[in-house]
Amino acid sequence: MGDVLEIRWHGRGGQGAKTAALLLGEAASAAGKHIQAFPEYGPERMGAPVLAFNRISDEPIMVHCHVSSPRIIVVLDPTLIRTGSVTAGAPEDAVYVVNTHLSPSEMRKKLGVSAGKVFTVDATQISLDCLGRAIPNTPMIGALIRATGLMKLEDFISDTRRKLEKKFGSKPGIVEGNIKAIERAYQEVKGE
Amino acid sequence: MAGSLEQETVKFVAMTGNEAVAEAMRQINPDVVAAYPITPQTEIVQIFSTFVADGLVKTEFVTVESEHSAMSATIGAAAAGARAMTATSSQGFALMWEMLYIAAGLRLPIVMPVVNRALSSPINIHCDHSDTMGARDSGWIQIFSENAQEAYDNLIQAVRIAESRDVLLPAMVCMDGFIVSHGMESVKLLMDEEVRGFIGEYEPAYSLLDVDHPITVGALDFADWYFEHKRQEAAAEAPVAEVVLKVGEEYGKLTGRSYGLFEAYRLDDAEVAVVALGSTAGTAKAVVDELRQKGVRAGLLKIRLYRPFPKDAIVRALSGVKAIAVLDRSDTFSTMGGPVFIDIKASMYDLMHGEHGEHGEHDAHGAQDAREARDMQGPRIVNYIYGLGGRDIDLEQIRKVYERLQAIVATGETGEPVSYLGVRE
Repeated sequence: MGDVLEIRWHGRGGQGAKTAALLLGEAASAAGKHIQAFPEYGPERMGAPVLAFNRISDEPIMVHCHVSSPRIIVVLDPTLIRTGSVTAGAPEDAVYVVNTHLSPSEMRKKLGVSAGKVFTVDATQISLDCLGRAIPNTPMIGALIRATGLMKLEDFISDTRRKLEKKFGSKPGIVEGNIKAIERAYQEVKGE
Repeated sequence: MAGSLEQETVKFVAMTGNEAVAEAMRQINPDVVAAYPITPQTEIVQIFSTFVADGLVKTEFVTVESEHSAMSATIGAAAAGARAMTATSSQGFALMWEMLYIAAGLRLPIVMPVVNRALSSPINIHCDHSDTMGARDSGWIQIFSENAQEAYDNLIQAVRIAESRDVLLPAMVCMDGFIVSHGMESVKLLMDEEVRGFIGEYEPAYSLLDVDHPITVGALDFADWYFEHKRQEAAAEAPVAEVVLKVGEEYGKLTGRSYGLFEAYRLDDAEVAVVALGSTAGTAKAVVDELRQKGVRAGLLKIRLYRPFPKDAIVRALSGVKAIAVLDRSDTFSTMGGPVFIDIKASMYDLMHGEHGEHGEHDAHGAQDAREARDMQGPRIVNYIYGLGGRDIDLEQIRKVYERLQAIVATGETGEPVSYLGVRE
């Protein structure tokens, strides 16, 4: 299991945590990795806490249980931090990528973690600027890729562009807005 | 096998289990699909109906008002000589109940994906095997899948198995609800022509529409002949295992992925082993790998063909193991443990009483020490019921199961035969 990269996404219903996990999984698969992407299905309603997961590996992935000690944690909504769920089960050297206007050192204090790495990016503002709506999921993937180097940005963008064009072919603004948001978050994310 | 060389270059695609199964149905291109949506199977019907709407299949898609009608319409279509399919889950599966037996009794080779989900009450939409386990005596062939790849592969093979002239029985292909149906995984797909070549053109053995060879379907059949027909139905189960093996081997030649009656994972020299089916088998394999690295002789038997139960092959595969834990994702509420446990125990009875072994002659002497020696033969078997209603089963829980098996081997003490894993008592 040591070679399987495990990611946990924390968001709220409507922010696109599940979609983010699926987009990342599809793009990593297209780049030749073995992947899993799945949400935790609870009550499905806007605003309720949502978890989604990825496993990414060079080898076939056999396990079919929840991700309980993820090495990478992506937080779409920082108000979830006070529930304690964000740091639950995480190893000391976990990497956190958080959607917030706070700096990495300020966020580190909020998370209460001393080791590992903390990255921050204001993905909500970026999605408001690029899409006119607060859907921070795609920019957070851009930030995640920059923070972890888990795949090439251009590979992710080309695969995601294809997916978005298929779904939003009649609304090219949505496709371009998402791509712009991903690129901006990739540029603006800061870490320590 | 024109496609076999090209397979090397076929890439993995990321798909959910439901997407993979719907894709297999598109490639199978059945004559008739009659289906009703139910969580977590809904996507299969939804995606397949878009294939119909887009003209990608020639299927007559019947939108019915219930699963009872779904199975009834599928039976009617199959009796008329069509290659007919449906799909369901849980309560919908339960609503098909009386028609399941009719499909099997009429010997109609219907193929049905089932996305395993708990049964009410209480209401729950998540995975366990209660729905299909209840139908284990219905006469249907039951094949379980570990992941999306297997669900896809099994569905294509099930067409050949069900339609085999030696078999002619309906077959259900099971996958775990949400865990596999909604989880995205890496899957390798076949080309459309490869699937069509593999399953072949359907030539029904009998057809209501074949006026030159008129038949009666669903006739009244009292004490004079009913028993003979049921006896023939039981006889039809006998060649299933052989057909499953033949089809699985042929599929392996086409794809590089061969399938047997079960998967024996690091079982050859295993001292302790878990028996499981569905997605949990994959999680257990990861634990087996860990334990092997520590020098523990751990193994796994993953059941693929559950009905008919391939008893002799399973007994042979498990005969060298000292302690076995059977993991059941459903309960029989009989105080006897889960259904797989009961089957494994019944299968091992002859072995434990020497009829498969070399110590059988001790029985004749009736001496107390010989009896004790005989009683020690064969594996100790315990049961864990786990994961009901989608309760997660993780590596740590399965590690504990293997730890207990090692303790059983060390002490000879089996303890409580039936336990519940991961539940608040």
